[in-house]
Amino acid sequence: MAGPSGTTLALDGDGLETVIAAVRQRGYTVIAPTVRDGAVAYEPITSAAALPRGVGDEQGPARYRLRERDDDALFGFAAAPSSWKRYLYPPATTLWRARRDEHGTLLFDESAAAVPRYAFLGVRACELAAILVHDRVFAGAAHPDPTYAARRRELFIIAVHCGSPSGVCFCTSMGTGPRAREGFDLGITELLDTATPRYIVEAGSPAGLELLESLAASPATVQDLEAAQAVTDVATEHMGRHLETGGLPEMLQRNLEHPQWDDVAARCLSCGNCTMACPTCFCSDDVEAQAPDGETSARVREWASCFSHDFSYIHGGTVRETVRSRYRQWMTHKLGTWWEQFGTSGCVGCGRCIAWCPVGIDITEEAAAIRASDGRGRGSA
Amino acid sequence: MQPKLAVWKFSSCDGCQLTLLDCEDELLEVAGQVEIAYFLEASRAVVAGPYDLSIVEGSITTADDVERIREVRRMSRHVVSIGACATAGGIQALRNFADVREFTSVVYAHPEYIHTLDRSTPPSAHIDIDFELHGCPIDKGQLLEVITAFLHGRRPQIASHSVCVECKRRGTVCVMVSKGIPCLGPVTHAGCGAICPAFNRGCYGCFGPADTTNIPAFVGALSAAGMSDFDLVRVFRTFNAEAPAFREASMAAEAAEDRR
Ligand code: SF4
Ligand code: SF4
Ligand code: SF4
Ligand code: SF4
Repeated sequence: MAGPSGTTLALDGDGLETVIAAVRQRGYTVIAPTVRDGAVAYEPITSAAALPRGVGDEQGPARYRLRERDDDALFGFAAAPSSWKRYLYPPATTLWRARRDEHGTLLFDESAAAVPRYAFLGVRACELAAILVHDRVFAGAAHPDPTYAARRRELFIIAVHCGSPSGVCFCTSMGTGPRAREGFDLGITELLDTATPRYIVEAGSPAGLELLESLAASPATVQDLEAAQAVTDVATEHMGRHLETGGLPEMLQRNLEHPQWDDVAARCLSCGNCTMACPTCFCSDDVEAQAPDGETSARVREWASCFSHDFSYIHGGTVRETVRSRYRQWMTHKLGTWWEQFGTSGCVGCGRCIAWCPVGIDITEEAAAIRASDGRGRGSA
Repeated sequence: MQPKLAVWKFSSCDGCQLTLLDCEDELLEVAGQVEIAYFLEASRAVVAGPYDLSIVEGSITTADDVERIREVRRMSRHVVSIGACATAGGIQALRNFADVREFTSVVYAHPEYIHTLDRSTPPSAHIDIDFELHGCPIDKGQLLEVITAFLHGRRPQIASHSVCVECKRRGTVCVMVSKGIPCLGPVTHAGCGAICPAFNRGCYGCFGPADTTNIPAFVGALSAAGMSDFDLVRVFRTFNAEAPAFREASMAAEAAEDRR
């Protein structure tokens, strides 16, 4: 239960406020869940008062609603609509600017924007796993992405282990949650066994330990640690979804012509919501913001989706013309070929693609339907 | 010599041409790059053709329009049509689903003076078009990109994805999923920046159908969420009623309504 460093504290609501203050004192902008437009959103906060008190969520295919809880939990909900990727890998990033000087020579300006120092408070286990996936994609490769790598280096992560999974959660299947195991600076479990919530806070890194040791709070008791473990043990039993992962990449590869791909193609709108909402989807498009006189230009990277027609446009035409080919590409990449490419699953089980698909297409159901008649789709594509 | 730009109006409300005037600062930059040879909305000075780039607003609704659009094509190196009228017949294409003679007899004291075609069609039904820019009205950023692209001899970078992609990029919480508000975003061409959902309204489909979509499946989902066939006909018959994918959807819903 205790973090690698061995220090775990028990705090009350005021104690949580001191954690936020201590993080801010160290120069971080704290991004945390708050309620906006009838949903939980991860936004800058300055006090625990902005956290969603007594708010829970109901999530299902194509459905998300907030609900009132009968307690004062500050973290009583599951993954929010928009993931943390917005902060580490923004929807639009200017990569460089170019201009032509008086001799007609092109001059490039690659100076990056100032790097924000974020502290994410309330990162769920699945979301932390998604950040670790992006580390491999953006920071681990031979050519790290400078924007991501710089933001990531400055990041302080306060994970919150889950006590209230939603109807679309399946981190247990993916081995990512509901308890975060690695990659956080501080890890928090919210205990709701007393009139007001308590917070069991463990350190997961030297920076987290330094911060914890600066607080005047009592260490967690053995009972506290047991209670914290029980929170995620219970959560494990309440997953909304399940995905059978045994041999999944191979299973998909041998079913590339399965009739289920036609079935899902008849329902899929090719709208791209799943990819935008997914915390690990990383595709982008580079567009040129050229001035009408052609003398200056900026290269802007924008989030893109493999469900768009022009995404696979290469000289002469679009490679993936049909919705079937696009859904298959997305799902087999997420659950299968991602392993070859990055040594990990591309899906962390957060369920966002299920909740935010306007027609409620469920990746766990699609995979199960193919597995149920494994072999009907033999052949290569 | 600077390239010559012409802006033509057919049956339309002028909103799209106004978008060009609305570009203000950027318009001066564009004006510095081209000779604005024909743009009656902005200036009465007219320079004779041929033109390097003709921007066409409006749909074809009279026999005279048919002649004039052909003339525009003959005089122009590139023709770009802008707006729902010039890409899908506009709101006046609602006549395509009814009897135009009946309309004129109800509306006008002397219907015999009205010379109009039975159908409102986009210029592309009559001539070859080099690029179609969607929207009711069009987005000014997209218009500048299209003009800039033609000035520099490259393909315009106009994304073909759905409004949902823009909605997610700007961080709006989906109104369909979180509030049950019907929204045409999933099947609508991006371009506006997903304005309506940001104001808690569903998308009205101003930019017409997205390049690749699955409207029958979407209609099924709207019906399942409680939308009547009558309302389905209405949502697909607005500014882009004659766009083939929207036309099919409204015809199918109308047929379903008739069967009831
Ligand atoms: S998938 Fe797991 S870690 Fe993610 S929100 Fe749900 S319960 Fe929490
Ligand atoms: S594929 Fe779906 S469930 Fe998996 S990580 Fe992406 S959004 Fe979450
Ligand atoms: S699976 Fe759903 S969210 Fe994804 S493209 Fe298809 S309809 Fe859109
Ligand atoms: S609000 Fe409309 S446009 Fe935005 S994501 Fe939802 S369905 Fe798409």
